[in-house]
Amino acid sequence: MPHPQTWMRVTPQGLYCVPGDFFIDPARAVPRAIVTHGHADHARPDHDHVLASDATLAIMRTRMGEGRAGRTQQVAPMGEVIHHNGVDIRLVPAGHVLGSCQVVLDWQGSRIVISGDYKRRPDPTCLPFEPVTCDVFVTEATFGLPVFRHPDPADEIARLLHSLRLFPDRAHLIGAYALGKAQRLIALLRQAGWDRPIFLHGALLALCGLYEGFGVKLGPLEPVPLPQKRGAGGLLAGEVVLAPPGAEATAWVRRLADPVICAASGWMRVRQRAKARGVELPLILSDHADWDELLATTAEVQAPEIWVTHGRDDALVHALALRGIKGRALYLLGRGEEDEEPAAEPVAEASA
Amino acid sequence: MSLPAFATLLERLTFTPGRNAKLALLREWFATQPDPDRGIGLAALTGELVFRAAKPGMVRELVAARSDPVLFALSYDYVGDLAETVALIWPARAGINAPPPGLAEVVEAMEATPKAELPALIAGWLDALDANGRLALIKLVTGGLRVGVSARLAKTALADWAGQEVAEVEEVWHGLAPPYLDLFAWLEKQGPRPSAEDRPVFRPLMLAHPLEAPDYAGISGATHRAEWKWDGIRVQLCAAPSGRALFSRGAEEISGGFPEILEAMDFHAVLDGELLVMRANGEGIEVAPFADLQQRLNRKLVSAKMQAAYPIGVRLYDILFDGAEDLRALPFDARRARLEAWFARTRPARMDLSEVIPFTELTELELLRAGARAAAIEGLMLKRADSPYLAGRQKGAWWKWKRAPLGIDAVLMYAQRGHGKRSSFYSDFTFGLWRPDGEGGRELVPVGKAYSGYTDQELLWIDRWIRNNTTARFGPVREVAKSLVLEVIFDAAQRSGRHKSGVALRFPRIARLRTDKPVEEADELATLEALIVGEEA
Repeated sequence: MPHPQTWMRVTPQGLYCVPGDFFIDPARAVPRAIVTHGHADHARPDHDHVLASDATLAIMRTRMGEGRAGRTQQVAPMGEVIHHNGVDIRLVPAGHVLGSCQVVLDWQGSRIVISGDYKRRPDPTCLPFEPVTCDVFVTEATFGLPVFRHPDPADEIARLLHSLRLFPDRAHLIGAYALGKAQRLIALLRQAGWDRPIFLHGALLALCGLYEGFGVKLGPLEPVPLPQKRGAGGLLAGEVVLAPPGAEATAWVRRLADPVICAASGWMRVRQRAKARGVELPLILSDHADWDELLATTAEVQAPEIWVTHGRDDALVHALALRGIKGRALYLLGRGEEDEEPAAEPVAEASA
Repeated sequence: MSLPAFATLLERLTFTPGRNAKLALLREWFATQPDPDRGIGLAALTGELVFRAAKPGMVRELVAARSDPVLFALSYDYVGDLAETVALIWPARAGINAPPPGLAEVVEAMEATPKAELPALIAGWLDALDANGRLALIKLVTGGLRVGVSARLAKTALADWAGQEVAEVEEVWHGLAPPYLDLFAWLEKQGPRPSAEDRPVFRPLMLAHPLEAPDYAGISGATHRAEWKWDGIRVQLCAAPSGRALFSRGAEEISGGFPEILEAMDFHAVLDGELLVMRANGEGIEVAPFADLQQRLNRKLVSAKMQAAYPIGVRLYDILFDGAEDLRALPFDARRARLEAWFARTRPARMDLSEVIPFTELTELELLRAGARAAAIEGLMLKRADSPYLAGRQKGAWWKWKRAPLGIDAVLMYAQRGHGKRSSFYSDFTFGLWRPDGEGGRELVPVGKAYSGYTDQELLWIDRWIRNNTTARFGPVREVAKSLVLEVIFDAAQRSGRHKSGVALRFPRIARLRTDKPVEEADELATLEALIVGEEA
């Protein structure tokens, strides 16, 4: 049985499967790519051929425009094996966002699972992570420090609802990524009984529509209205408003009634991160595995060797070594853009 | 469940910039928490809770026994705060179903538990709490709570919640101790008003309005008395047989920082005055600039050297109580006579009387005010001769008439986003002046920072200008093109070793946007240096 290292290489573009002649989540345009999910640091435009789940391909078309989401696109039905140059390719759910997959590759009796980004908590907006035993498990380590233990999402939603009761005359503006976080937040609010319309920044509308098209029920959603006149405020007191992170730093926000600035992110676990962004109500809600889940997952897949793509590989590799598992940091380029807390970049006014 | 509730309150207070929102959070705390925990929480927030604190080193040892040293080091490096790192990394233990501790339980046990048993006690609590609760507990037991709740804010919240006047709450406050059972009973109309007789308690101060041109007509020597307005800090001296205390304007007790004043308070009275650094200079006493006084502020302990270098005194201007007799209902003139008589009788060390400046018409004072360039004079106070001593800002009774501010034309260099309502605005401005760069040219050097003075319209304009003229970004700070001139006004300029320019401004604010002025015509640093008090050419 060939060691996975002999047939899976780390290149400047990303992970490259030698016998299959394709890349997984390449950072630049390549002839053949498998894409695990639609976040921008995994799904890049202008590949010649893209293999991905139908939802991921739809997300790529929405975000990049029809012409740029791969010259040819091939849908890989979840769980079905595709034979290519002697490599068996199978996509299984990763539980990260709608359409997110792990890539299971078998070649000459050796198996690598590339998990992309993943989480283990239940998420009503996507299929749950499915552990697959393997020889090498390729994992992220976005929250690969033992200080990151995500609380129960229901408790975080309860904190938000409590704040809505305490400050009925203020809008609650939640910064959340357009793909995945926003829809999960909406779904969690619906589970908690919030049935009022939820108001969306223009940058979130298209992907919420796409989720609904894939059968994810989000309840009543409305675009944030324009201010009555330029510079006027006072809108949406007592309502939940979702916008991309950073919108709170732009003039767009001035239309809202004295907004409570909230942010939904795993990074909100660390106070300095929340403070630096001027967040008044941090909600610890992540679409990534936390520390305990990273360790539990690496144990569950029974791989003797774990490769770490991005995040805090130093801590995770150390912790794996304590458990007698070989860890290896891959130092992939260009990862973590979507998951790292961005500088408060202004959101284009036009998208409002 | 009170420690988790307290942890939630702490967390929200930590992140909430707005005063009204803080008040709402505190009101909810008083309304929903049982005694004695709500009072203990209140005392913890305002820094009045006293118990034997645990050492941070002990917490460190506890966590060391439960975590891998490499992982702890990586985590601490990332988080940056020891208590927070411990709270987050603390491993949950399977099978723990002890309820989380109550606040009162924690405070009592910290006092009562033998030192050797403290680590096990604290570890047990940490096991029973979630990450937020652990952080609150660690901050509480190590005495590291800092959440920006002043005593004044807490009292305002109490008053709002109970539908009382803040002045009423302040009157009774200093006679009380945590957990304030009699205070809460009174506020909930379940008990009598707590009595503050004979104890050194704070009495709400009478405050002044700024005097504006439309008010000039009502002021004359027949109805008003004038005094210098000194640039120190307002204090209340309370001395009774049962004790002595020095309070700041915000009702915080600051006795500890000024032992020499406490020692001099060998009398039974409540007095109002200005705390100043006063130095003898031959014929009299000279008041030092505020910068000197600043050396003595916010210190819990003060060395003998400090006391000698910055000799502190109090300039008295009112008397509220003479012995147990409440004088506050008397008119100003009568209180002044009592103050003078009391002073002649008592002759307290380190104190003198604020001079009453005779005048007939306001125009005379206008000249005096314009001519007053002494470092420590901010302007004039004008008090109605018949005004009783009332709590708060009484329209028309006391006026403050500040000296005209100084001004410079400076260049906007950096801008920073504000907080709360201003978080979408670049509202904090760093501005600079020209100085020779040593190579025959000129360079800009930052001289100060201002975040007020502009109108809402001007702020909108500057914000847009900054976004369109940004040249570099450093986190929340933007560097801008050096092309906008701001007229900055301030109350005084002082020498400072801490500023790159060597000058510090007192109360700088933006007076006008000088879009008409080319940046080359902004002022030079030398122009500002010439305005430094005590260094006039």
